[in-house]
Amino acid sequence: MSQATFLLFLEQCLNGLQFGIMLFLITAGLTLVVGIMNFVNLAQGSLFMLGAFVAAWFASATGNYYLAVAVAVAATAIIGALVEVLALSRFYRRPHLDQVLATFGFILIFNEVVRVLWGSQGLTVVLPPELNLSIELLPGLTYPLFRFVFIVFGLAVAAFLYVLIARTRVGMLIRAGASDREMVRGLGVNIGLLFTFVFGLGAALAGLAGSLSAPIMSASVGMGEPVLILGFVVIVIGGIGSIRGAFWAALLVGFIDTLGRSYATSLISLIFGSTAASSVGPSLSGMMIYILMATVLAVCPEGLFRARAS
Amino acid sequence: MIKKTLLTCLGSALGALMISSAVAAPPTEIRLGLVTTLTTSAAAGGEATKEGIELAIEQLGSKIGGIPVTLFVEDDALNPALGKQKTEKLILQDRVDFLVGYNYSNVLLAAYKAAVDNQTFLLSTNAGPGVLAGKHCNPWFFAIRDQTEQAPRVMGDELNRKGVKRLYTMAPNYVAGKEMVGGLLSHFNGEVIGQDYTKWPDQLDFSSEIAKIKSAAPDAAYVFYPPAHALQFVSQFQQAGLKGKIPLYSNYTFDGLTLPQLGALADGSLLTMFWSVDLDNEANRRFVDAFKKKHGREPSNFAASAYDAIMLIDSAVRGVDGEMSDKDKLREALEAANFQSVRGKFRFGTNHFPIQDFYLLQVVPADDGTFTTKTLSVAATENSDTYVNDCQMK
Repeated sequence: MSQATFLLFLEQCLNGLQFGIMLFLITAGLTLVVGIMNFVNLAQGSLFMLGAFVAAWFASATGNYYLAVAVAVAATAIIGALVEVLALSRFYRRPHLDQVLATFGFILIFNEVVRVLWGSQGLTVVLPPELNLSIELLPGLTYPLFRFVFIVFGLAVAAFLYVLIARTRVGMLIRAGASDREMVRGLGVNIGLLFTFVFGLGAALAGLAGSLSAPIMSASVGMGEPVLILGFVVIVIGGIGSIRGAFWAALLVGFIDTLGRSYATSLISLIFGSTAASSVGPSLSGMMIYILMATVLAVCPEGLFRARAS
Repeated sequence: MIKKTLLTCLGSALGALMISSAVAAPPTEIRLGLVTTLTTSAAAGGEATKEGIELAIEQLGSKIGGIPVTLFVEDDALNPALGKQKTEKLILQDRVDFLVGYNYSNVLLAAYKAAVDNQTFLLSTNAGPGVLAGKHCNPWFFAIRDQTEQAPRVMGDELNRKGVKRLYTMAPNYVAGKEMVGGLLSHFNGEVIGQDYTKWPDQLDFSSEIAKIKSAAPDAAYVFYPPAHALQFVSQFQQAGLKGKIPLYSNYTFDGLTLPQLGALADGSLLTMFWSVDLDNEANRRFVDAFKKKHGREPSNFAASAYDAIMLIDSAVRGVDGEMSDKDKLREALEAANFQSVRGKFRFGTNHFPIQDFYLLQVVPADDGTFTTKTLSVAATENSDTYVNDCQMK
């Protein structure tokens, strides 16, 4: 392997890591909601979109992107908690299909509200000049600084979540809720409040992912849905309700998707020639994470990290 | 009893009279169906199409060919199955006389059959896939913008003139993406050192492909990204530090729809197109001025092409004196294309695809701090698509 191809490989790994961390931020909340509350929440992608729009709007209005991220996180946490208290909490005892319908309704509502407020053209965020650079990580390996900050910040959030879940009293209740909901309720814990907290936390994380993605992906109506699908793939691979599972599965999906897009076509062309590769390669790389999911489901149906006892 | 019978007779006679008069009289309205993408991240293009159509109808005094028009709007959500379903609904339930819109070739290819099987004219204002220009050309189908490969073929010539030797191409992995790159490569003489097709339509992060471009260090990069994806691609291209280092050539990526958001990120980029906002002809001035006055921004090519479609239908309905029942005459009137196009000269080839000039445009700053496209030259004259010889119109 020549030095240039090695450096490209390293850069692709960083891209995979960055994509994985973005997926983790979205799925951390989602896996808790699905795992602890046994609640199927399709609206998580919409909170991601809201985070992106609020950040983009606030950044262009004030010119302060850092503050915009904070505002977006706070706004999505509040919106998430409000939606949970006012509407979704009524659906916990209903069948999953009702939950799917209700949260799908929220997807439509959020998309339409965003369209009315900010139009269908979407919003872009111009990064502050100090972030809009490339840095030289190794001699010959330059990488966009903002993506690097994304990785570092995402890892910090993951570490914070680890401490929160593994070392605090709230985390203990969340873990207990994930393994046996009824028992936690039986012990007199205010499970309603815990649910609202978990939902708000999940919403804040999705909003954080959205506001950090806004400079890269722009804010556009409907941007949450493809991400939501990937989020469910991550949850299934990682094991429902497990933050640790979501973390490793998100990184795995990020790596496989990115490296697949980078190398599938050239690998296939080694075997089948370049004409076949250019038509098969892109399709195959798009399927790779679903093949991964099917494999994981076949080998360990509970996911890589099992969290729920029941 | 008698009174009741009499009344019944009178009633049915009146009814029969009304029915017969409805048959005999000339049409009192034109029913126009629009199928376009009004939701999902690709909604901006659909909005622009709708704006172009509404502006044209407004200028014609809510009439087409002097007959009051009713517009039925349907959203395809960038979903081929839904596009087909909405097309069928417009034909069977709303009984439209013409169908317009269709921004994406994958939606059009799923939907056009419903129109042509039911003998309803379909005028695609944006998508123009090769199969509909060649093997599957159809008397009931017209393309208004161009055949997808036309603009990139002209761009291929332009790259040769610019002396580009090593090129990297990138486009989404669907019909139009492949035709854009295919068209370009059929005329480009240099070497293609890298080629990527990205997942359509949900891939919004192009980090791994852009890293490959950076590593390959080509003379130039060519991309096709429709508005919904142009914002992401161009921002990420700049964030990777490639803007200014690797010249970016494109088709249907920059125009009135994306430049307000992209602004300086697109500055200096070259593109080829069938139309430009600054073209100096009477129809274009009338269109651009009215659009700017109504919306406070520049129109995009989606709006321009949609506007042309309505003006074409208007000319055809006038050409047959509002006699809509003779479809063959109406088709001849459409084929004659007896209207002033915003792009200047316009005529149809035998396959119902335009034969037209293409322009070389550059993204430049406008006086008011925004960005616009400026026509540098006429890059190709009387350009026709390459599929026309495969077309047997029947």
